[in-house]
Amino acid sequence: MTDQPIPAGGATPAGGPALVAAPAMPKHRSQWSDVWRQFASHRGALAGMAVFLFIILLCTLGAFIHDVDPQKLDIRAKNQLMSWEHPLGTDNLGRDMLAQIIAGGQVSLAVGVTAMLLSLLVGTLIGVLSGYFRRLDGPLMRFTDLFLALPLLPLLLVIIMLFRDMLRTAFGPESGIFILIVFVIGITSWMQTARIVRGDVLALKEREFVLAAKSIGTPSRRIILRHILPNVLSPIMVSATLGVANAIITESALSFLGLGFPSDFPTWGRLLYDGANFMTLTPDRVIWPGLAISLTVLSVNYIGDGLRDALDPRIRGR
Amino acid sequence: MKATHKLLAGACAAALLAGAAPAQAERGADGQLNIIYWQAVSILNPFLSGGTKDVEGSSLVLEPLARYDETGTMVPWLVDVIPSLENGGVSEDLKSITWKLKPGIKWSDGTDFTAEDVAFTAAYCMDESGGCQQVAAFTDVESVEVIDPLTVKVNFAVAKPFPYGPFVGAQSPIIQKAQFADCMGAKAPECTDANFGPNGTGPYVVSEFKPNDVVVFAPNPHYRDAAKPAFSTVVFKGGGDAAAAARSVLETGEFDYAWNLQVEPEILTQMAAAGKGTVVSAFGTSVERIHTNFSNPDPALGDARSTLEGGKHPFLTDPAVTKALSLAIDREILVEAGYGAAGQVTCNVLPAPEIYNSTNNDWCKTPDVDEANRLLDEAGYEMGSDGVRAKDGVRLSILFQTSTNSVRQGTQALLKQMWQEIGVETELRNISASVFFGGDPSSPDTFQKFYADLEMYTNNFDGTDPEAYMASWRCSEIPSPKTNWLGANMPRFCSEEYDALVAEMAGTAELEKRAELAIKMNDMLMESGAIIPLIHRGGVSAHAVTLEGVKMNEWDSELWNIADWTRAE
Repeated sequence: MTDQPIPAGGATPAGGPALVAAPAMPKHRSQWSDVWRQFASHRGALAGMAVFLFIILLCTLGAFIHDVDPQKLDIRAKNQLMSWEHPLGTDNLGRDMLAQIIAGGQVSLAVGVTAMLLSLLVGTLIGVLSGYFRRLDGPLMRFTDLFLALPLLPLLLVIIMLFRDMLRTAFGPESGIFILIVFVIGITSWMQTARIVRGDVLALKEREFVLAAKSIGTPSRRIILRHILPNVLSPIMVSATLGVANAIITESALSFLGLGFPSDFPTWGRLLYDGANFMTLTPDRVIWPGLAISLTVLSVNYIGDGLRDALDPRIRGR
Repeated sequence: MKATHKLLAGACAAALLAGAAPAQAERGADGQLNIIYWQAVSILNPFLSGGTKDVEGSSLVLEPLARYDETGTMVPWLVDVIPSLENGGVSEDLKSITWKLKPGIKWSDGTDFTAEDVAFTAAYCMDESGGCQQVAAFTDVESVEVIDPLTVKVNFAVAKPFPYGPFVGAQSPIIQKAQFADCMGAKAPECTDANFGPNGTGPYVVSEFKPNDVVVFAPNPHYRDAAKPAFSTVVFKGGGDAAAAARSVLETGEFDYAWNLQVEPEILTQMAAAGKGTVVSAFGTSVERIHTNFSNPDPALGDARSTLEGGKHPFLTDPAVTKALSLAIDREILVEAGYGAAGQVTCNVLPAPEIYNSTNNDWCKTPDVDEANRLLDEAGYEMGSDGVRAKDGVRLSILFQTSTNSVRQGTQALLKQMWQEIGVETELRNISASVFFGGDPSSPDTFQKFYADLEMYTNNFDGTDPEAYMASWRCSEIPSPKTNWLGANMPRFCSEEYDALVAEMAGTAELEKRAELAIKMNDMLMESGAIIPLIHRGGVSAHAVTLEGVKMNEWDSELWNIADWTRAE
């Protein structure tokens, strides 16, 4: 086992000796190609990525191929099963299901990714700070415990009640509620990331290369950015993927409860909720949104699993 | 108390098991009856709860002196005849009514039912510190006198052409004096035993009650008809939603009766095809309507939001706008999508009984988008480049709220599209029914606070006389911080002329004249645009095919004749 920590990651140009030596070697093997090779050897991860990419493509480009207005009501064509005109049938008001799933996917994925980024940002910041600076450790970790103890749904109800009108006037109804939901999911899901990152930072900062950097007088900010962050990238990446899945599920749960976006604004969770009563009449209404949510969450989890293996130098290459 | 009930119920069951010949019409002979109300019962004292579920749950136990049958006709219940001017029961000056109780009626604890109990009930509900929810039934009551143990006289402060407010209908039953004597006024909510297990004259008594979950009833051993009721146990379960309740009766047969099934018609039809149950509906006075907010709901107004002090609404007070909104609606489509046989197009907020139904607003029955557009053009609202009309910088953009229910959300979506065609932008909002109708003055989302431009829900009145109902739109009924947001005048409609009509109706005795006044008030509300009526809704319930005797009643409790319900072989 080469017990060499990843030197500052491939992204930073002034990397460790391995990178400097690389151009001299006959067979070019960059660090990221290693990562990719490891990732590609994880079949589940590869399949997950393919599915996830497909879903993203469907949601972004699908609207150009199947250009039906998801909001258009046609009461004469209600409760239809699959047909050429409506590939996934229609709902009880005659709205096209495929168009709704595409539109709903855009929202659900946007919520998932944005909320994940927010929670990652907060989680990493708090994790690194409390791991690196001993004085901040106690207060920040108690703060994390406090957030862990907060029940999500009641908190959300209060936040929606307090800020809905404010955000609605500032950003309009749909983006207002989007900001609200992303914010709420973000600030209630960063705690796991913070704890994992803190643990890794605690271990890392006692390592020789950090001590060496310290001894030559590198300021803390630079040590964190250069030496610590790249080394905790692997747990951060994993919690990022888990975060996307978590955010999509939370948004679905909220829509399922009738909270969140306006009722004519499709998201996967809402489509599932609205379809539940019609399960026996038009099964398409629950199968497809349900499948979309499950596949996205599952594929993202597999990608996370693969990434963890690929980014860990101790596993990689074995 | 409870122990004796259980014992008696046990005795009944034992008698049953002993296997006497299967006697026809024997008390408790038909086993268990399962009823599901998807809104669970939380208290069995209807005076302390405004909820229909609580009123109907307690109607198995508590009974009024007279009630309405399935046709809306008043029938004597704990009396032999309905007092009237003709039989001398109502005085010539219309200021008093004298009820003669049926002799021999006993409470479920075996004591006699007397006029004292009736007088006590009035005192209980009229106690100002008691917070009685049914106090509207006792409007203008001056005193209730006991003449003799079987005669009671109600005196009114003013001439009452319709003196059947107190003690008539499920919302005004009689409670036992002996049980509630210590529960007057502020102590009313503290009497948990009495509120959770009232003694009654009805066919059943409470044997077990878990608030917000389940009530178990046993036959009343002292019920006046020895052959009734037919069931030895009634399990009255709460919880779930309308679709689940419908399924439990129509498809799985777990329950025998389910109430208030506001479910899309195609789902009900499909469930009913399973053949385990029958869907029943009846039309009363329920109207699904949109209330227009005449006050300004702008959040920038802070505490003055949606109050008259905050100023009038930027565009909804213009009758041209509300008329255009109403004209753009194709009500037939709303009926087809959400109600089916349980809905009829209506243009009035007061569609029944027939004599009160106005025909002056029938223009709304034929949707006319062109006419609506013309009205808005004429009123100066010009179509903008974004497809939304505006006048002097005020865009016709509407926030439209209602309670969470898939039929209502469907209706909202349809309305949004219909209004889009006349250049009105709509934002939809739905709020959980328990919050929306909860009346919590600290919540911003209640239907009384009305922090939106339009709101949609159903309302109705009990019985057949619309006087109290039409009085809801008086100026004094406007909810505001001063009234702790209580009041029924959601549109904040205020007109001296209307208030005068209300007063005139209260003093008018002739039925034709009263009908004329009611129609006039209805038309005033329609013309001002305070209310946009959509659908005259029937109550929809379902019962198992083996359950006989159900007479769906929209004028009183649906369970009004539960004593006559039996199980078919």
